[in-house]
Amino acid sequence: MSETASSQSTVLEVKDLNTIFRTRDGEVHAVNHVSFSLDTGELLGVVGESGSGKSVTMMSLLKLLPSPPAEIVSGEILFEGKDVLDMSDDELRELRGGEIGFIFQDPMTSLNPVFTVGYQLIEALREHLDISKKEARNRAAELLSKVGIAQPEQRLKDFPHQFSGGMRQRVMIAMALACEPKVLIADEPTTALDVTIQAQILELVRDLRRDQGMGIIWITHDLGVVAGIADRVIVMYGGQIVEHATVEALFKDPQHPYTRALLAAMPSVDAERSERLHSIAGQPPSLNKRPMSCSFAPRCEHAFGRCSEENPPLIETAEGHQVACWLEHPQYMKPPSEMQMRETF
Amino acid sequence: MGKEAILRVDGLSMYFPVYRGVLRKKVGEIKAVDDVSFDITRGETLGLVGESGCGKSTTGRAILKLYDPTAGRIELQGRDITELEGDELRRIRTDMQMIFQDPQACLNPRMTVGSIIAEPLDEHTRLKRRQKRERVRELLDAVGMNPDFENRYPHEFSGGQRQRIGIARALALEPKFIVCDEPIAALDVSIQAQVVNLLEDLQKQHNLTYLFISHDLSMVRHIADRIAVMYLGRLVELAPRQQLYSMPRHPYTKALLSAVPEPDPAREALRERIILKGDVPSPANPPSGCNFSTRCPIAEDKCRREAPAWRKMDGGRFVACHMVQ
Repeated sequence: MSETASSQSTVLEVKDLNTIFRTRDGEVHAVNHVSFSLDTGELLGVVGESGSGKSVTMMSLLKLLPSPPAEIVSGEILFEGKDVLDMSDDELRELRGGEIGFIFQDPMTSLNPVFTVGYQLIEALREHLDISKKEARNRAAELLSKVGIAQPEQRLKDFPHQFSGGMRQRVMIAMALACEPKVLIADEPTTALDVTIQAQILELVRDLRRDQGMGIIWITHDLGVVAGIADRVIVMYGGQIVEHATVEALFKDPQHPYTRALLAAMPSVDAERSERLHSIAGQPPSLNKRPMSCSFAPRCEHAFGRCSEENPPLIETAEGHQVACWLEHPQYMKPPSEMQMRETF
Repeated sequence: MGKEAILRVDGLSMYFPVYRGVLRKKVGEIKAVDDVSFDITRGETLGLVGESGCGKSTTGRAILKLYDPTAGRIELQGRDITELEGDELRRIRTDMQMIFQDPQACLNPRMTVGSIIAEPLDEHTRLKRRQKRERVRELLDAVGMNPDFENRYPHEFSGGQRQRIGIARALALEPKFIVCDEPIAALDVSIQAQVVNLLEDLQKQHNLTYLFISHDLSMVRHIADRIAVMYLGRLVELAPRQQLYSMPRHPYTKALLSAVPEPDPAREALRERIILKGDVPSPANPPSGCNFSTRCPIAEDKCRREAPAWRKMDGGRFVACHMVQ
């Protein structure tokens, strides 16, 4: 974290973010002590299972969570040095869709079914840019063609239901790109799509990134997608970051037992086929308590005494590679017998 | 293979009529499944893959006679079940069961887990109450759940556990053949592996035969012995696992396999990706000739005129493509 935080090109920096939901059944600690940063032109992958807090973290960044029940109890979110949490509603509205674009998982629920796609695109453009209707229409058509929609002028007049799933997601991407944001947050943008369509969208994102140089946060549960497009990866579990590394390091040398288990649990299309899948026993943790111990410990094969007593902090094991696990901690004591043996010899 | 076929599907078609206007006049048909033929041998898992809307679920349901197929013949254990109705159909249902995609939607929220699993027993057996309860506890144990959970309700369980309940119910009548319709699509990766391992264990113990419907090509590669690839209502390729994944022949299979992201950045960077252009055409208005011709990178004039035949190749492979020699 240290080397990226100080660099000039950091556009977004999150420090010690904590988000909880206050429900009738008590508090849900959805995000705990999450810190990360994003550089311009970088693609940060965020991986985790459902309920790991990845979406809540990103929704918190733009204060998109309904409050109550959600509350950001502490932390700083710095967009180009300014704290998003201190912004007024007007400033936030400028930011959302202007400087920071957002793509949601399900394109059908994010588009309004009673307005044409053109109307919705133009609305977004006119809200943030000072341009005439005609200019906005031209720009909207240009955006649609950029995301690979044929006959953009005609398609502007179509309603969302007249587009297929992949096309709708393209429209959402066009909308998110409308004001040339500096940061794009994509929350499982390809999960609802078929693999061949997913491949099209991934290709599109690769191109757009090269052309526009925005920072992208890509939330997904699919490690395969991350392997193909990300520069750095954050692995989340139980509302915390458990591992943070460059994409090469993460796949070559995964250090957290959860990351390793997750990689082992995934069959592949062309690697060696194992007789039996490596499964992770047990269930993901419930988040109704502040984590006081390692939240993966109950499912971890390597858990030992300290894991259930104290929550491991993120520590740097190699440059740019952080992991929250007592096994990797410098204070980790080898079993006492081994230590004594070493001392006596 | 030399093994007997437990299920034989021949020329199965399932068309859904489209009605329009005040008089509900029939204006067309959606060819959800169009002339599909394959067989499954006992103890085998046949994977059926394809993108959403290609008709793979409809195929599974039509085989179980949840729909009345438009054409074709379905044979289960040598018996033609296509025309069965009423009592006879009910009796044969004990041999074939289904596991559904959404474990939330397929379990009645007002029934206890015990009564959900016992329901097939109520319908099809004359077991005494005590025996039924014993059987339910046995089934819960078999799917790796605590038998004392029988009095709980579905909402008390996680997705993976609910899927186990669905599996226990499917097993209640000791079926021979189970259609698994995307049983892991709604689950997290770590839970998927648990459920797939369970399905494999049960298959070994009970000598079950699966039709495993999925869009997840890497998981199908793990679980299935042979794989059938479907596109727009038709089978395009069917081959044993090894052959299909290492040497796909149909251009659609090739594109599909190349589109699956690989959890390894080094290999991912080297892979040759075939990006298909455009979307799947509507099954209400399929293209003339080969269904894939509109997106196929190697299509020729012939492909747009004539639908390719389902041809048998070497090594138990079937392909429907003009360009494959």
